[in-house]
Amino acid sequence: MHSIMKATVASLALGVASTSAFADGHALSGDLRIISDMSNPAPRAVMEGLVAGFGEQHPDLNIELEIVDREAWKTQIRNALTANPPDVVNWYAATRMTPYVDAGLFMDISDLWEEPAMADLASTKGAMTLNGAQWGVPYTYYQWGVYYRKDIYEELGLEEPATWEEELANCQAILDSGRKCYTIGSKFLWTAGGWFDYINSRTNGYEFHIALANGEVEWTDQRVRDTFANWRQLIDMGAFIDDHQSYSWQEAMPFMVDGEAAAYLMGNFSVAAFRDGGLTDDQLDFYQFPTINPDVAPAEDAPTDTFHIPSGAQNVEAAKAFLLYVTSPEVQSEINGGDALGQLPVNAAASVSDDKFIQEGFDMLSNNASGGIMQFFDRDFPAEMASAGMEGLQEFMVFPDNLDDILERLEETRQRVY
Amino acid sequence: MSASVENRSWYKRNEIAVTPWLFLLPGIAFFALYVIIPIFQSFWISFHEWDGLGEKTWVGLGNYERLLGGDRKFEVSFWNNVKWLVLYLLAIPMGLFISLLLNQTVRGIRLYKSLFFFPFVISQVVVGLVFSWFYLPGDQGLLNVVLGTIGLGPYNILGQPGSATYGIIAAGLWPQTAYCMILYLTGLNAVDPEQVEAARLDGAKGHKMLWYVIIPQLKPATFIAFVVTIIGALRSFDFIAVMTNGGPFGSTRVLSFYMFEESLSEFGFRMGYGAAIAVVLFFIMLFFITYFLWSMYQDEKGAR
Repeated sequence: MHSIMKATVASLALGVASTSAFADGHALSGDLRIISDMSNPAPRAVMEGLVAGFGEQHPDLNIELEIVDREAWKTQIRNALTANPPDVVNWYAATRMTPYVDAGLFMDISDLWEEPAMADLASTKGAMTLNGAQWGVPYTYYQWGVYYRKDIYEELGLEEPATWEEELANCQAILDSGRKCYTIGSKFLWTAGGWFDYINSRTNGYEFHIALANGEVEWTDQRVRDTFANWRQLIDMGAFIDDHQSYSWQEAMPFMVDGEAAAYLMGNFSVAAFRDGGLTDDQLDFYQFPTINPDVAPAEDAPTDTFHIPSGAQNVEAAKAFLLYVTSPEVQSEINGGDALGQLPVNAAASVSDDKFIQEGFDMLSNNASGGIMQFFDRDFPAEMASAGMEGLQEFMVFPDNLDDILERLEETRQRVY
Repeated sequence: MSASVENRSWYKRNEIAVTPWLFLLPGIAFFALYVIIPIFQSFWISFHEWDGLGEKTWVGLGNYERLLGGDRKFEVSFWNNVKWLVLYLLAIPMGLFISLLLNQTVRGIRLYKSLFFFPFVISQVVVGLVFSWFYLPGDQGLLNVVLGTIGLGPYNILGQPGSATYGIIAAGLWPQTAYCMILYLTGLNAVDPEQVEAARLDGAKGHKMLWYVIIPQLKPATFIAFVVTIIGALRSFDFIAVMTNGGPFGSTRVLSFYMFEESLSEFGFRMGYGAAIAVVLFFIMLFFITYFLWSMYQDEKGAR
């Protein structure tokens, strides 16, 4: 797998015409130090392939790649950026960049975004912009949505719901058949954030959701209560599996694989796990989260993973050339393909994998996400608000009667954080 | 005579006084560098608001006012710490009971002793993981299967805020009991057989023998068991991180876990607030440490 990836990306790299001012003119030399968090098997192969391909183009450049465990990187990045910073690092888009931008640890690369080659990345520019400047480039993103058991829906004669009423009716039919509508594992809290993102943006719209994330709206606002009231309809029906507070997202998966639950609101990374669990593409399908308030345009969660240049980077020229290389259409098509990351390319000129879920996601995000693109609860909300918020969401899912208390606590946190 | 005294070097003249300090010096230096100085740094940081990256902002006692002035997470963590401290002490009588049971010479007793000691040998993380499987909700966990056969349950012990902390403490008691047991087993070896003999002649037996003859002789073992159990209760971090990650909705947090969450976790990096929690925890520990030191000092004075 590794060697195949390396070979394909490398051979592809030879064909990439270098169009950039950063790579043109003279050969890059010296050292390029990259620290990556792409530690899972498939992403790791992709990252190693990228380095091999880029090294192929610039034989005089000595590239050092260090791959760090993805979870560990979330706390290690601080040390990496302050002590002996590398030239390129992985991170996440939107508010998650704030601490490093504010501390001056990420380099402002707005000049790179003025390159003509970057025009095809325009749709992601907003997520990379803070304080009017760009601080990194994206390399992949993926859709969220409802993954469901098509065979169960067919057995019960159900259609993919488009509205909240259809959604509730479907759910009632599923419950009547002795199953649960949704599986979820909220032990690590963030899965509940996905539900809040969707119900809130469908109820009150993208602008309201982002205003809440930016601390401009009170948590005790009536519109927030409306969101929770909609959510509570599902909870009161018993739509979610029992004891979800004890499961991780992976531990909640067998409920759907075994047919005890019919659907899962998740990111596209779950497809690989479903297939490993034995579900075929005939059994597994995808639909966009249904409309709740017909007056608001649908917004979608599509978290974006990124590359950044630390402000202490030694070889900035090579680092910028590397970012251009990663975002070029050929490399984007290759690394996001079904046998590599299996996600969506950030470059509009790149081709999208013919995997059915990637195709559906691409279509949804291109044509039916006019409300806006959210980065996900724990990336849009500032860290302290996000952790208090997700804890409150989990409590709400278990004890919906505690809502008033939860909202007051969150409001207290909001007033302190912003 | 006096001239030769004058001729000796400074070191030779002060050898007796200086040498112990020379031997202690490396230890003192590293203890200061890695323990004493960081304690004062924590105090200093706790008066600031700091994200670990940028400039520190002086907030005076602001962190403490927020912490002690009605921070609910702090209150939950504090009372969980109290629960841990009280219930963890059960390990001492349970350890004593098992050691009395095992303190006999029958065939294969060494094997039984090692089996009882086994939970202390395996890592706390493994114990936590095994217990979290044991507690699994629905009909997946062994506990609920057993309860089901007698018509009870199912209970989701780690999923309910009311019972989760007790579930974790029960898991922690398993290895801690083994530890206390081994301390008492060695203590029982040191019990003076003549005293037991004398007591028997005086007609003492059963629980009277235990209470008035055996247990007083086990006092040193009890003291050590008490010390390690208190320290163990305050170090409950591993079990909580593995079994519930502080949840459901923060109901199993203790102060050390809260400190970690605030200062070092994924959504943390509020170093000042984390340091303030650390300082409060330090004073709670200091209370016990002072008692232990005082108690040891009294013993040494008595022995002299």
